[in-house]
Amino acid sequence: MASGIKDKVAILGMGCSRFGERWDRNAEDLIVEAFVEALADAGIEKNQIQGAWFGSALEDLHVGKSGIPLSITLRLPNIPVTRIENYCATGTDAFRNACYAVASGACDFALALGVEKLKDTGYGGLPQRGRGTVNDLTIANTSAPGSFAQLAAAYRAVHNVGEADLKRAMAHVSVKSHANGARNPKAHLRNTITEEQVLKAPMVASPLGLYDCCGVSDGSACAIVTTPEIARALGKKDLVTVKALQMAASNGLESQYNDWDGSHVVTTRAAARRAYREAGIKNPREELSLIEVHDCFSVTELVTMEDLFISPEGGAIRDILNGFYDADGSIPCQIDGGLKCFGHPVAASGLRMIYEIYLQLTGRAGDRQRHDNPRIGLTHNLGGNPAQNVCAISIVGLEGA
Amino acid sequence: MTKVKGLPLTNTGILSFGGYIPRRRLQRAEIAKAHRWYNAGLGRWARGERAIANWDEDSITMAVEAARECLKQVDTQDVSGVWMASTRFPFLDRQNAGILAEALQLRGSFTTLDISSSQRAGTSGLMTALSASAQNPILLAAAEKRRAKGASASEMTIGDGAAAFLVGSGPVIARYMGGCTHPVDFIDHFRGEDTSFDYVWEERWTRDEGFMKIVPASVKKLIEQTGVDPSSINTFCFPLGDTRTAASIAKRVGLPETSVADNLQGSCGDTGSAHPLVMLAKALETARPGDRILVTGFGQGCDALLFEATNALADRRPPLGISGHLERRTPESNYLRYLSHNDLITIDRGFRAEVDKPTSLTTHYRNRETAQSMVGGRCNKCGTVQFPRSNICVAPKCGAIGTQEPYPFADRTGRLISFTADSLTFTPDPPSYYGLVQFDGGGRLLCDLSDIDSVDDVHVGMPVRMVFRVKDYDTRRDFRRYFWKAVPVELAAAGHQET
Repeated sequence: MASGIKDKVAILGMGCSRFGERWDRNAEDLIVEAFVEALADAGIEKNQIQGAWFGSALEDLHVGKSGIPLSITLRLPNIPVTRIENYCATGTDAFRNACYAVASGACDFALALGVEKLKDTGYGGLPQRGRGTVNDLTIANTSAPGSFAQLAAAYRAVHNVGEADLKRAMAHVSVKSHANGARNPKAHLRNTITEEQVLKAPMVASPLGLYDCCGVSDGSACAIVTTPEIARALGKKDLVTVKALQMAASNGLESQYNDWDGSHVVTTRAAARRAYREAGIKNPREELSLIEVHDCFSVTELVTMEDLFISPEGGAIRDILNGFYDADGSIPCQIDGGLKCFGHPVAASGLRMIYEIYLQLTGRAGDRQRHDNPRIGLTHNLGGNPAQNVCAISIVGLEGA
Repeated sequence: MTKVKGLPLTNTGILSFGGYIPRRRLQRAEIAKAHRWYNAGLGRWARGERAIANWDEDSITMAVEAARECLKQVDTQDVSGVWMASTRFPFLDRQNAGILAEALQLRGSFTTLDISSSQRAGTSGLMTALSASAQNPILLAAAEKRRAKGASASEMTIGDGAAAFLVGSGPVIARYMGGCTHPVDFIDHFRGEDTSFDYVWEERWTRDEGFMKIVPASVKKLIEQTGVDPSSINTFCFPLGDTRTAASIAKRVGLPETSVADNLQGSCGDTGSAHPLVMLAKALETARPGDRILVTGFGQGCDALLFEATNALADRRPPLGISGHLERRTPESNYLRYLSHNDLITIDRGFRAEVDKPTSLTTHYRNRETAQSMVGGRCNKCGTVQFPRSNICVAPKCGAIGTQEPYPFADRTGRLISFTADSLTFTPDPPSYYGLVQFDGGGRLLCDLSDIDSVDDVHVGMPVRMVFRVKDYDTRRDFRRYFWKAVPVELAAAGHQET
């Protein structure tokens, strides 16, 4: 029976552009910005890369379809380039494919790169995407905040939580991420905010106010992966290896069958169970050093703490308010600012999360570096809406961790 | 519902009826206030309120609601016609009655017909349906979402609404005693094929030469034809003008003074070609057996129809009807919102409104049972119901392939599992309310909510029912797509569900 790819793939180099409103840059420029950093970090020649997976989720806004834009931009040597689109899980999915290529022996060096250029629409927030002509006939005209806001209504009903208590915990999530983003020079939003500001902000989709929503950004991030053996042969020390890569896609049960209560995300739980098994993690609350999760909205981060089995069901509010997930807490969550403040260039986000874990594990996270010898980190992406989505989880750690 | 033994074939009449008036009531004082700088004369109409359709309602959706109420209490198997009357049809070349039939989930062999081009469309349609329904019943729905220029007298007096009648022979609730038309090409107003609004002539002339001469001529003809003593008529429905005009007509033809029915100008406004039928429905809601009701429709002449209520009426009154819908009201004092919803003002709707909403007509046709009739599926192996239908049963322990039988959802009630009020996504009436509805008996759908006034009125567990509404307007191609939305089950409507 398949046991996964634990420790079969090492991260050789990573790069990440500055995220934000990059008015003066095309997507192609952002790709190069991230790639140059990763290639230098990896210490190999571009022509050694044997396969690439290119993530772009809203490609109509920038590079267009197929893998060709990446190949042209980086002048890759006619290697296979596959374009990946899987909503907000795109970046992690590209990483997963590159890692599988290495683990299978198909490639010695593989590239995963995600890019998004969202600030060319003329307005704020994610643009509405096509959902298919059949879905358009029936599905409500939703937005991303409106889709995730419903988690709050259902969570309150299921756990019998007052509106003010939930709003306060959600506010803490955002205040914490802003404090973290302020210490990250590549982050989109670097201002600190107060709980009062969050609670008084204009409503976007009830009960989510402006500060409950993440930024929409331009940016790119990438990883070059290889085998631990090759990495060592190249002189790399303190290797960061992949412990688990798991994804789960909704099958319509949440949105069409009768038993999901709307207060949690089914796919996160499924992917987390499998990821912990693959990584050999028995007790995530004790074993994980830090996490980067899909905090597209404050309430998403809140329920994800339970769906990852770190906070007990119904217990996320208490953990959040106790500072368990703060930068100096037991398991910092979004120590780089998260989607909330680092920013959310959709297809780059999963790789940006892995980038932060990679920096923290190798002691290169600058002002925001954890000093408790982080050994293992988890990243989590969620694409779609709570009722119908794709979840991607990666666990990466020091070799031997 | 067809012939009942022993009754003569001529014993046609009304088998059941229903009505619909949209919830929002625009306060006329607010319209007059907005236009005082321009036309202070509008102040003479600045009393009461007029019913206004929501942005996602049109003549078809209102006809659907009235018809659903009408058909609730009868067997629809032998319906031989689904007809619709209006002068505000959403489509000029695509049969509107066909959409009505699909929304009502009527299948089989029957005639479908649109009747239009005059304010008499409702009464002429009813009269024709009555004469054609001796063998099998015909459904006629009249509905009108009206339009008028800002600061016009019409803007003050019009209203939106619908009524539906199932007519035929058998155990009627109101016997049809006769009807006649007095056609005259009298043009008090008109609208050409390329214009949006009526061109209206002086109302004094319309009253003196039109109402006061043409209506009595028609009514007298009907009285002669039926041999009925005019003083025996209990209710006189005349949809236009003020009460004094109706009283003068009544006097001229010998109807009792007390017979003049309220034309609902204060509470609803004139619903155009639907209005005589709206008034007839209202009259039937309180009529006693034996009561005689005279209905007139005016427009290039006059229709007159006479009915006599029977003992069967008491058992087949609609749960809400026109009276119940009139009571179910939300006063609207935001005249600008009304202007915006009716495209009478240019509003910056933002980038998100620019999203093109084309409809693939092949997709639409293939999926019309799902989208227009809201038919889902029921697995014939495990019994699980689901929306939409799919090849593979959604029940995780079943997963049978190709076992889905049609299962209608439109009349199922449900409860909210989650919801939001979304101020980001485009809607003509922000915020946009939507949520996950769990249907009683199984199945669920993330769907739009409509007729919500405040997020404070929504909660998890809230009971909802489904209504047929406009889902998207494709303004570029002048197409509109319909689907079903959830609305709160109100106290009055709760009874509606139990019937």
